[in-house]
Amino acid sequence: MAAETKTTSEVHHEGGGHDMFPPFDATHYPSQILWFVIAFAILYALMSRIALPRVGEIKQMRSDKIASELDQAQKLQGEADAAGAAYEKTLADAKARAQTLAQEMHAKLAAETAGKRHELEADLNTRLAAAEAQIRDMKAAAMSNVGAIAREAAAQIIQHLTGRPADVNAIARAQSESGSTA
Amino acid sequence: MASGTAINPIEQFELSRWVPIHVFGKDFSFTNASFYMLLSVALISLLMIVGSRHRALVPGRLQGIAEMAHDFVADMLESTTGKEGRRFFPFVFCLFMFILFANVISLVPYTFSVTAQIIITVVMSVTVFFLVIIFGIARNGAHFFKLFVPPGVPIYILPLVVAIEVISFFSRPVSHSVRLFANMLAGHITLQVFGAFVLLLLGGGVWAAIAPLPFVMTLAMLALELLVAFLQAYVFAMLTCMYLNDALHPVH
Repeated sequence: MAAETKTTSEVHHEGGGHDMFPPFDATHYPSQILWFVIAFAILYALMSRIALPRVGEIKQMRSDKIASELDQAQKLQGEADAAGAAYEKTLADAKARAQTLAQEMHAKLAAETAGKRHELEADLNTRLAAAEAQIRDMKAAAMSNVGAIAREAAAQIIQHLTGRPADVNAIARAQSESGSTA
Repeated sequence: MASGTAINPIEQFELSRWVPIHVFGKDFSFTNASFYMLLSVALISLLMIVGSRHRALVPGRLQGIAEMAHDFVADMLESTTGKEGRRFFPFVFCLFMFILFANVISLVPYTFSVTAQIIITVVMSVTVFFLVIIFGIARNGAHFFKLFVPPGVPIYILPLVVAIEVISFFSRPVSHSVRLFANMLAGHITLQVFGAFVLLLLGGGVWAAIAPLPFVMTLAMLALELLVAFLQAYVFAMLTCMYLNDALHPVH
């Protein structure tokens, strides 16, 4: 497109070689300066009024957001820590209580058992003593009976041997002399 | 550009009057240069205004680029001038983006290189130069001229040092503008020459066999020029920041 719209003067320049290096051609300077100023002024206005404040705003918004969320996270972290500590404390308390409860129960049960055992032992002891007394009585009775039976047997044996009735008193004397009486 | 027989690497820098405007005997025509300046402005506006229209917390692609451009220039400005330089942010941002877009657009074949016009780079560098002087004096008064008097220099060589400082200060707009102009000019001439060489070989019968060589070279040059396009915009903006820093903090 540029080639077609060349002005006649430039076409003439081209025909005769370059008597002027284009960037140094001062005839274009007014146009170049004017349009540069226009373009740059537009750019400056758009950037300083719209684009840069907006981008700055976005960055500010983002950093604010990040800061507030970090704060929030820190707060929540604190709350979580507190909740964790409370939980630990509750757990420790419950453990301690359970332990004392168990100890109490254990002691109570032990005391109860011991009481019952003592009772039972006493009962058994009295019964044992009673039984022993009975045995002793029965033994004594049996022994006295044995004396009588022995004397009777001795009298009969003597009567049989001698053919006459035995002296009961002598037998009793002999029995008592030979030791054990009931 | 390369249109047949006479391949002229200078032709690409020629202006053509699309809408001739003559006022007071001066030529204010709307040219291809004017068009590409406005095109740069339009594309920058598209990126920055359309890109940021959603004000999204999580940026999309366009908004991401817009924010990146914003941060890039803002960081550059703040690292050289500190907080006081904030007021020049829109100016430096516009300079950087305008040069960057003009440079990159000019790499598209058949387009025009605005930044390869010395008058444009001169207008920009002279604007920066006068901005530094006017703002520097308005802000610091006579204190601004301490810029030319480095502290701790023995009195007998001080005149020489001051002379050197003054000369270097006044040569700033020259180096500032010529650096960008010359880089873009040289890059485009090189591209054009290599591109023309490809055509020359293709039209040269059996020589067409080695035409891929300059073609590959042209591609490599294009990649390099893309780097240069960004780098020169960065350098121009960076120097602007440093010069503005002199106006803000004239102590050497």
